[in-house]
Amino acid sequence: MLELKDICFTREDKKILDHIDLKIDDKKYIVITGPNGGGKSTLAKIIMGIEKPDSGKILLNGEDITSLDISQRANLGISFAFQQPVRFKGITVYDLLCMSVGRKLKQPEACHFLSAVGLCPNEYLKREVNNSLSGGELKRIEIATVIARQASVVIFDEPEAGIDLWSFNNLIEVFEKLYEKINSSIVIISHQERILNIADELILIANGKIKESGTREEILPKLLNNTRSCRFLKEE
Amino acid sequence: MEQKELNKIERFILKKVSDIEDVPEGAFNIRENGKKLMRKNTKNIKIETKLDKPGIDIYIQENTKGEKVYIPVILTADGMTDVVYNDFYVGKNADVTIIAGCGIHNSSCNTSEHDGIHTFYLEENAKVKYIEKHYGQGEGSGEKILNPETIIHLKSGATLEMETVQIEGVDSTKRITKGYLEDNANLIISEKIMTHDKQVAITDFLVELNGENSSTKVTSRSVAKDRSQQEFRSNIIGNTNCFGHVECDAIIMDQACVKAIPEIIANNIDARLIHEAAIGKIAGDQVTKLMTFGLTEKQAEKEIINGFLK
Repeated sequence: MLELKDICFTREDKKILDHIDLKIDDKKYIVITGPNGGGKSTLAKIIMGIEKPDSGKILLNGEDITSLDISQRANLGISFAFQQPVRFKGITVYDLLCMSVGRKLKQPEACHFLSAVGLCPNEYLKREVNNSLSGGELKRIEIATVIARQASVVIFDEPEAGIDLWSFNNLIEVFEKLYEKINSSIVIISHQERILNIADELILIANGKIKESGTREEILPKLLNNTRSCRFLKEE
Repeated sequence: MEQKELNKIERFILKKVSDIEDVPEGAFNIRENGKKLMRKNTKNIKIETKLDKPGIDIYIQENTKGEKVYIPVILTADGMTDVVYNDFYVGKNADVTIIAGCGIHNSSCNTSEHDGIHTFYLEENAKVKYIEKHYGQGEGSGEKILNPETIIHLKSGATLEMETVQIEGVDSTKRITKGYLEDNANLIISEKIMTHDKQVAITDFLVELNGENSSTKVTSRSVAKDRSQQEFRSNIIGNTNCFGHVECDAIIMDQACVKAIPEIIANNIDARLIHEAAIGKIAGDQVTKLMTFGLTEKQAEKEIINGFLK
């Protein structure tokens, strides 16, 4: 179980995260949503260790991991898919998959991870993770590297960002399949209704605070009914 | 074939610069400490010792296809300056791979230096892949200096693809490459260099695109660590309807210094010439990404550099 206790994060006098308390149970599919600039991505980065909170604690299975760096948290089983996947000159898709699992993969294993995100392995394994790849291709490769790690907590930061509708529709299938074979706690930052529709639990974050959290059945209707004038935001 | 048994150091250096551990297949000439160590000719490839200056002439018959020529140089004697002139005459329609390279083992306090001047004459429609690696090792304080010079003459329709790599151990290098291209000729150069400590590397490219539809692509990727210094100069001259592209990409670390001096000259309205140069430190988000795989910061940097220079 991942637990965030009283997390605060302020930059340039703006409270990005304001006393956040959150529990993420094992093998749950959680979607965090809310308006842009509300603190969602910062929260995801704080869980991975990319950002350090000003105060508060992060516990993984009861162990305080607040002071641990990114790689230490990764080795404890936290994995993170970037909103803007990183490009590397000279590093191939195969190299990246091997690095993600920490060993040399046999070709069929590497192919399996690429097939899982809808990419033809023969076309991609030897390609460099550079500017020659489209945004949609990079997203899929990013997701493949994260799935390959088989971590206990997997965070996806806006998987739909920067890709076209066609690629997004295909990506949704990846997340639906991920849900069917769930072995990890999955945390997805998203605005997309189709991703919200898969969640066990939904969390609404706005202005650095958790405005609402609960099961999909409880939260989703409220969100959809208040799209134009969201009452959670009005309460601010 | 003249043959001798190679010792451990010779085998190691051969592996580093030519990727062979023993006597290779095909034609070869292995030079050690300024002298011929071993040589083999084939039906289509003849290697002859120059009579007027140190070095060899390599004659590749026209229509020779798929053969390899190895011409590695090993320098194990300290305090030695070895200058060698190797000329390659490649016949029409030949398609071959030439593997050169020099490795220095210097455990003394004296300087070891190898200056290899390679000149290529490719006849019409000949095709050559030329692979060159430079490497230095040894615990002594003596400098290991390598100054390769490559001069390439491409006749109509000829293509030469050159891969040149210097990964470690060379204290000082000045690398000169010149290309002269006729109609429809194509020259592709890929250079990879890593310098560390106080090493100095200067590379200098000059390509003259003289023939209609001739083209060149020069790519340099380098990593400068510690207090090392690198200088990249390139000059592409377009004298006719032609295409030239130069790309210099460097990662700078620690207190290193990298200088890129591009020059492109168009002497014809149909010459299309591009130069791109980028110098910068390792991107922070690349390190962060690999750390999310469980790598430490140092391991992440190493993987990024290895990939960049692969």
